[in-house]
Amino acid sequence: MKRVLLLSLVAAGCGALAALAYAWHGEMAPVSPPPAAAFERAQIERGASLALIGDCRTCHTAPGGPTFAGGLAMPTPFGTIYSTNITPDPETGIGRWPLAAFVRAMREGVDREGRHLYPAFPYDHFSLTTDADLAALYAFLMTRAPVVATAPANQLPFPINIRLVLAGWKLLFFHPEPFANNPARDAAWNRGRYLVEGLAHCGACHTPRNLMGAEIRSRAFAGGEAEGWTAYPLGAQSPVRVPWTKAALAQYLREGWQADHGVALGPMGPVTENLAEAPAQDIEAMADYLASLGTPASKTAMPKAPAPDASGQRPQSTGWQAAAIALPADTGAGRRVFAAACAVCHQAGRPLPLGGVDLALSTALAAETPQNLLNLILRGVPAADGLAAPVMPPFAAMDDTALTALLDYLRRDIAARPAWPDLAPAITAARRAASPQTNVNPAKGAP
Amino acid sequence: MTTFTVNGTRRTIAAAPDTPLLYVLRGELELNGAKFGCGLGQCGACTVLVDGEPVFSCVTPVMLLEGRAVRTLEGLGSAEAPGPVQAAFIAEQAAQCGYCIAGMIMRAQALLERDGDPDDAAILAALEPSLCRCGTHVRIVRAVKRAARAMAGKMEAVR
Amino acid sequence: MTQALSRRAVLRGTGALILAFSLSGRAFAQTETGASATPLRGLPGSLDATPRLDAWIRIAPDGTATIFTGKAELGQGIRTALLQVAAEELKLPLSRLDLITADTGRTPNEGYTAASHSVQDSGTAIRNAAAQVREILIGEAARRAGVARADLIARDGVIAGPAGLRLSYGELVSDTLLHVDAAPTSILTDPRDFTVMDRPVPRVDIPAKVTGGAAYVQDMRLPGMVHGRIVRPPSYGARLVALDAGPVEAMPGVLKVVRDGAFLGVIAEQEWTAIQAMRRLATLARWEETAQLPDEARLPEALMALPTRDTTILDVGQPDAPSFTLDTLFTRPYLSHGSIGPSCAIAHLEGDAMMVWTHTQGVYPLRDALAGLLAMPPEKVRCIHAEGAGCYGQNGADDAGADAAMLARALPGRPVRVQWMREQEHAWEPFGPGMVARVRAALGPDGAITAWQHDVWSQSHMMRPGPPGTLLAARDKAEPFPPAPPVDLPMPEGGGDRNAVPLYVLPNARAVNHFLPEMPLRGSSMRSLGGYLNVFAIESTMDELARRAGQDPVEFRMRHLQDERAKAVITTAAERFGWKDRPKPPAGGGYGFAFARYKNLEAYCAIALEVAIDADTGRLIVTRVMAAVDTGQVVNPDGVRNQIEGGIVQATSWTLFEGVRFDRRRITSVDWAAYPILRFSRVPRAVEVHIVPRPGLPFLGAGEAAQGPMGAALGNAIRDASGQRLATLPLDASRIRHAMMDPPPLR
Ligand code: FES
Ligand code: FES
Repeated sequence: MKRVLLLSLVAAGCGALAALAYAWHGEMAPVSPPPAAAFERAQIERGASLALIGDCRTCHTAPGGPTFAGGLAMPTPFGTIYSTNITPDPETGIGRWPLAAFVRAMREGVDREGRHLYPAFPYDHFSLTTDADLAALYAFLMTRAPVVATAPANQLPFPINIRLVLAGWKLLFFHPEPFANNPARDAAWNRGRYLVEGLAHCGACHTPRNLMGAEIRSRAFAGGEAEGWTAYPLGAQSPVRVPWTKAALAQYLREGWQADHGVALGPMGPVTENLAEAPAQDIEAMADYLASLGTPASKTAMPKAPAPDASGQRPQSTGWQAAAIALPADTGAGRRVFAAACAVCHQAGRPLPLGGVDLALSTALAAETPQNLLNLILRGVPAADGLAAPVMPPFAAMDDTALTALLDYLRRDIAARPAWPDLAPAITAARRAASPQTNVNPAKGAP
Repeated sequence: MTTFTVNGTRRTIAAAPDTPLLYVLRGELELNGAKFGCGLGQCGACTVLVDGEPVFSCVTPVMLLEGRAVRTLEGLGSAEAPGPVQAAFIAEQAAQCGYCIAGMIMRAQALLERDGDPDDAAILAALEPSLCRCGTHVRIVRAVKRAARAMAGKMEAVR
Repeated sequence: MTQALSRRAVLRGTGALILAFSLSGRAFAQTETGASATPLRGLPGSLDATPRLDAWIRIAPDGTATIFTGKAELGQGIRTALLQVAAEELKLPLSRLDLITADTGRTPNEGYTAASHSVQDSGTAIRNAAAQVREILIGEAARRAGVARADLIARDGVIAGPAGLRLSYGELVSDTLLHVDAAPTSILTDPRDFTVMDRPVPRVDIPAKVTGGAAYVQDMRLPGMVHGRIVRPPSYGARLVALDAGPVEAMPGVLKVVRDGAFLGVIAEQEWTAIQAMRRLATLARWEETAQLPDEARLPEALMALPTRDTTILDVGQPDAPSFTLDTLFTRPYLSHGSIGPSCAIAHLEGDAMMVWTHTQGVYPLRDALAGLLAMPPEKVRCIHAEGAGCYGQNGADDAGADAAMLARALPGRPVRVQWMREQEHAWEPFGPGMVARVRAALGPDGAITAWQHDVWSQSHMMRPGPPGTLLAARDKAEPFPPAPPVDLPMPEGGGDRNAVPLYVLPNARAVNHFLPEMPLRGSSMRSLGGYLNVFAIESTMDELARRAGQDPVEFRMRHLQDERAKAVITTAAERFGWKDRPKPPAGGGYGFAFARYKNLEAYCAIALEVAIDADTGRLIVTRVMAAVDTGQVVNPDGVRNQIEGGIVQATSWTLFEGVRFDRRRITSVDWAAYPILRFSRVPRAVEVHIVPRPGLPFLGAGEAAQGPMGAALGNAIRDASGQRLATLPLDASRIRHAMMDPPPLR
């Protein structure tokens, strides 16, 4: 409520100011959809790779719907915004957009008709993209199958539902500059930075936002939030137990898992699914740049996880589950729950990505808030759509007492960190988000 | 000792608290509805309802269930007096080997208690955690729709 | 070309029909069902091996009848179908019938419940036996009442006649009346007079299954029963080098650790204790493993490099063309049966007799194998079929039976229940073998096929018991049994070469079966055997040839067919689908058509379907399927539909997702995370099955008819949508995405 009020005030002021000159953008004349033959094959292929790095299809696809046809509901602190149809359908998609309109949308956040776009569409990152790359992306999108689909209307309160307000927002927070190479660094690093800061828009999730929903540039990669999941801080502020290396980052981005860190889940899952198909060289470059963000200065010593029942790789034919260990009578509730519900898989030694991660390594336990850990416990990891991928059952049946005890145990004994304060509201919020009515997983999705 | 209700009856469980519910249901309580399929929370054959929500009983230690309400297939009806979802599965002949069906029915029951008129997408999404190897899916979906109609009809009649 | 089984039918004035089925074509050495090699007596179905009528049907003084079948309910609805057959011919209401299935102590030996033979073998036997029993009862009534047979009629368990004459079956029957051998012909009910057969009778097993009744061997609780679990080696050929069982023996609730060589098991009072003990024991065993598996990534090459035993199974005309229009290598990976319920058995040694409750497909062959394994006389071992989860071929059922027997022998007097863990089922079951089929074909100037060659490479699809060496426990024992010799099932049914002979009329054609005596992975029967890949290969090639010849794929098939029943199912499926007037599909959409007659001997099935593919992800949804089948005389139309629908969905899963994964030592696809199968989000959105009525014709099995055509129709639809022919199974999202990509692959 406070947020909206503040926003309204600022918006009102800005709106008036901005309306003068800044706000107005003209409509660009529609064109007839260019034929596929109008584009070079190499350019389309390049566009395809860029679209994967840009994660375009994740936001522009409704659960189970046709790729790029839009309609995905994106909850924001201000209301729900629906992604649009970016297939070349002339009426409901971008079929009538000239290249210049596409470039303007990506660089300035303005659609063909001249309307301001909400920054849920991360043009604050996309603006870095070069002309050639934008043309390639355009070529790729314009050669997709046209799909007739109109996104539902956004559900936003006044005055945010007035797009002109966005002119004020842009005036305050959006100052695009073309990408400039850092001559002190090599080409790979520069390429990585170009992608990470630009199309890949990593900061859109991993950088905190202010009350007006704009990224706080001074705190780049200090950690943010996406769809009810924590996007961990990267670089020096990362809470990880084992520092990320370039090789580890590259593997994680490309394969969606890394032995010292775990499996990409939540909104990061689809990101790595896309990157898996992107050119390996670009992923290497991104890893190069991300690795250069630094590593945390001091690390708490890795605590020793309780030894599994026995050493060595256990024969798979008896299952990748460990027998429960007899616990001493005075064992606390959290450890008991852990031993009965978690350890059977998480201490069974089955390698990632299909096995349960060694929780001592899990970033979710070391993070500032228990949000992701709670999401995982309550929702599990549903089976992927026909692909070999990890499955974790949800433990939503765990009541608050058991959950609190478990989280305390995990945090203090496994991760060797001070207990998370104030678990109750976090649990309530996570339960609400995980309930079947609100739980929509865009990646796996329904039909 | 753990105490909870199973199909409305209070039960005090002798098994160790870390025993998964599935083995308590099938062993100690001699109920057949929940099946062992994977023991890993991957297939749904063991699904029961805990306070109305579907749960994989194979990975749920009974220590988590103190004071809770567990419902199994047996709690929905009997062969002589099947519940509406069971009756719909019989009417559609929605089974081949039938091993998966208990889990399917429990998921359908939970869905229909939450949403009396689910569309196809909602039905498919609700059943997604449960596997069927015989390929009975098409009939299972039909049975859930039939059950929804039957339950809606009954509600109407009550009003 | 193999034609429909011939039929000699003579109509009698009364509207009854005398049928005798010519069983030509069944005189061969070994069959998948284990039926006797040659018809001995010329009696219909399994009556030939077990001619005594009271081996099949007994009538109690209260007028109820008990039917005995050597076949087993595997979830295919056989129980209901056989009851319908019996009720129809006996003229007894279903409610007064009871059915006893496969039990070496009680029922005839009908070999394996396999190969879609159950209604054909057992149904035929029971139908004829029931008809003959009815006639015997009529004769007995005529004798007692001193009236002419022709004046009597059987109805509702009563023989009725003039002047209020009513003699119930119970009154008429005596100890000896039905203790006679069957006659070669029977007076069968005219299909027009059916009141129970050809009706969608609700299945008798379903109510218990949906309400938690004891429906499966997994649900049986015998007095004093205890629970066993097995610790299997980590990989094929692993050697047990060290084991310290002490800590497990000391676990509270553990009754025994059983060890015989590398065969390891635990027995405990409670199931969960047994599982915990099994896990503990597993960590205490040390194994030495060898890297003996092929390179998964190059499986087809590895298979084709193995030594072969070649048989030419078709050779007509001049199949060696100077050049071929198409030359394609079709491959499939090893496939898991993937029963939802891991295999289970209960064994009980009492005195010198062993009882085993098992969901095996063949109680008699398993009995023989167990007798060998346990060194017991066969008559001291009794195997009783109890239902398990659907098996779709030989899964771990027989092995679990052996495991239970091994443990029960170590704990005489107490029934021991053994259920496999999920990972054991996935790692140790005998898979459906990985295979390669190469098809070459040439088109003439008139757009007809001028030459055709089919080569198929496969290991055995038939490694069932009999020989004890087929059982895992027998190989792990301290004194192991030698592995059973590989069985190459001969034509006409075939094994790896099943359906490798096209039903199409091809003047110049050759088919060669390259049988692989070696077995890189453990394999045995899985639904449709080699038929799935061979039909996929043939029907993909037919589709591609039609496209090359600029012809409609349906017309192209019709033009190469003579079999009228084949033509009828193709026409039916095409018409009901609206094939001719199918609209141009939207982007990413495609149509596929395929056809096969299973084994060239069983049901005919044609499938037309439509798919929607998301080009950017390769995600494929089957939006509509229309199937037409001809299964001869139908017993339960809803049962046939259920089987065909199931085959369609299961084959969708095989085709789009599945393949056993392994490294050089171990099977790695040991659960549903590593071996994904179809879930609801990918279920075909609309499935319709149309049955072509064939009243009075012999029963044809339906359980495996749809798999081959469904896989091929999917491949053909992908070809339609993408322009690319995919020949490597599974047709997974990544392969489809690359096929859809125009321009083609980015990397
Ligand atoms: S048995 Fe519980 S999910 Fe498979
Ligand atoms: S009916 Fe057999 S697994 Fe579903």
